[in-house]
Amino acid sequence: MLKIDNLHASVENKAILKGLDLTVGAGEVHAIMGPNGSGKSTLGHVLAGRPGYTVTAGSAQLLGQDLLTLDTEERAHLGLFLAYQYPVEIPGVSNMEFLKASVDAVREHRNVPALDSVSFMKQAREACKAVNLDQAFLKRGVNEGFSGGEKKRNELMQMMLLAPKLCIMDETDSGLDIDALQVVADGINAMRSADRSFILVTHYQRLLNFIKPDRVHVLSGGRIVKSGDHSLALELEERGYAWLEDVA
Amino acid sequence: MSQEHIEHAIRKEYAAGFTTDIESDTLPPGLNEDTIRFISGRKNEPEWLLEWRLEAYRDWLKMAEPSWAHVNYPPVKFNEISYFSSPKAMKDRPQSLDEVDPQLIETYNKLGIPLHEQAALAGVAVDAVFDSVSVTTTFREKLWEAGVIFCSISEAVHDYPELIKKYLGSVVPRKDNFYAALNSAVFSDGSFVYIPKGVRCPMELSTYFRINEANTGQFERTLIVADEGSHVSYLEGCTAPMRDENQLHAAVVELVALDGAEIKYSTVQNWYPGDADGKGGIYNFVTKRGVAHRDSKISWTQVETGSAITWKYPSCILRGDNSVGEFYSVALTNNAQQADTGTKMIHLGKNTRSTIISKGISAGKSSNAYRGLVRMSPRAEGARNYTQCDSLLIGDRCAAHTFPYIESRNPSAVVEHEATTSKVSDDQLYLCQQRGLDAEKAVSMIVNGFCKEVFRELPMEFAMEAGKLLEVSLEGSVG
Repeated sequence: MLKIDNLHASVENKAILKGLDLTVGAGEVHAIMGPNGSGKSTLGHVLAGRPGYTVTAGSAQLLGQDLLTLDTEERAHLGLFLAYQYPVEIPGVSNMEFLKASVDAVREHRNVPALDSVSFMKQAREACKAVNLDQAFLKRGVNEGFSGGEKKRNELMQMMLLAPKLCIMDETDSGLDIDALQVVADGINAMRSADRSFILVTHYQRLLNFIKPDRVHVLSGGRIVKSGDHSLALELEERGYAWLEDVA
Repeated sequence: MSQEHIEHAIRKEYAAGFTTDIESDTLPPGLNEDTIRFISGRKNEPEWLLEWRLEAYRDWLKMAEPSWAHVNYPPVKFNEISYFSSPKAMKDRPQSLDEVDPQLIETYNKLGIPLHEQAALAGVAVDAVFDSVSVTTTFREKLWEAGVIFCSISEAVHDYPELIKKYLGSVVPRKDNFYAALNSAVFSDGSFVYIPKGVRCPMELSTYFRINEANTGQFERTLIVADEGSHVSYLEGCTAPMRDENQLHAAVVELVALDGAEIKYSTVQNWYPGDADGKGGIYNFVTKRGVAHRDSKISWTQVETGSAITWKYPSCILRGDNSVGEFYSVALTNNAQQADTGTKMIHLGKNTRSTIISKGISAGKSSNAYRGLVRMSPRAEGARNYTQCDSLLIGDRCAAHTFPYIESRNPSAVVEHEATTSKVSDDQLYLCQQRGLDAEKAVSMIVNGFCKEVFRELPMEFAMEAGKLLEVSLEGSVG
């Protein structure tokens, strides 16, 4: 699914990623943890193609395609989805309009026939229900006046409708109460399939109690310094990150 | 990456930029009393109208071009403009669409306004103005049955002289301002509408304007009179082909809403804005004003995306008690375009109400100014105004200005003014692109969202067109 080799990237001339290697197989769920400032969010943005994030060395392939030469929207068409840590508001543009345009664009590029409005509405309503958002949210401006939790669930709803191949969740669990966390986790679990992979960027082990990861990686100083199974996350919760500095 | 998109948008050629090869009967450039006599003579106008024009011309000679607007342009050389032009094939007016020059129809088709289809589907009567002469008028008969008069001003002068004498210049006097005086002297043609007492006009009335002759000034004159208790909705749509020399357009629109009448006047304006440096664009200096009598309502809705220079303030004089004035505006400037636009709400009557919603969008290195006057006269007991003025910036080389003027001479009058300025942010674009939308589509969607309050005031069949226009005018101007 995803293969990253020796990835170096910088933001405003400051090197953030310094030789990151990561391979995610189809159907796998990988958790990326690590101290503040280690480059966790940067990794998601570099893969998604955020303007201003410059790759200085290394490579990244999604489904065998060189991700780094593609435009941001082309990566989305290929099947990359980034759930934002801080989803931005777009006043005046209704959620529905935004979702329909996104779904249309992605389907068009995948050579899938466009959804008619009735089918789209049906799917959108189902997605709303799945993330426990009132349908009224479809008519509101994108993230406009949404609470933190509503924004995160709105991201999840978009992810469901776009049916991506690789889902990168950037601290989707932060700021969620336990009920909302359960909803988000259920949504992600329901989407797990043999041809869809997940990268969960998180600070907290508790998310992984709901979503069992295949691999857990610790990112520190722009590199993956330790990988393991779920038990690594539990160990991190107990011991923190300091002991890893020695490993690195 | 976003810079690339800006450059792309800036280089984008004007989609409606083509000219039609129709032989024209054009007056040589220059302006003097003989020019005016020629125009008047060509139209077989009565003596009183010729005198009316000449007086306007003499007043105009004594006036100076206004310089207070927030726009810069080289002085207009009024003697290098031709003041009359009519497509030759139109000397004998066609009696039906079939008789219209096929090339002309083709022109409309290129603009996406096929006359047959439009007339049939939207139930719209079209008084199409091609250069200075009305070419064809549809649905005249249906309107006739309702007692509605919808014809060119030239025809109205002959067929309804009493109405013209009574109302022409009654809202915008000949000496009102420099451009209004010029228009009064040389106006070529335009539309006349009269809705009789108590009649609700059975369809949207619409005029498409088009400037086609190189170096030809276009001086439209529109007069709409809604008699007591009547109702009319009118749409003016404009688009012009590409030209190298600046073309002056100085129109006058007068609206009269008698007691209890309602006039809704919507404009979609897409004149050639000039190239990336503003060269060759239309200069648009327009005077639009309506007088609202007791219990009547005048509503202006405008979507302005074209012209190199726009100078335009559709206004309402709320003369009668309880009359209502509305102004909904989207003004978009890109590249080197300059717009100074807004409205005037003059509250004279008691309990008069006005609403102003202005949305300015600036992209490229353009400049977009809102200028609005709200005046509460001493007699305007209980009058209210609400103004909302929002600016959206795209990129970092454009400018937005707001010049609100509020004069309140009645302590019971309430004036509210709200203003915001925002920017299409990189983060918004990034979100859209991450969801698979290209930058052009994303900007157009964000801008359309910003304009929603105004678009919903447009007649439904034109709201789509307005959205499309913004898309064309803005494609990709990302900052």
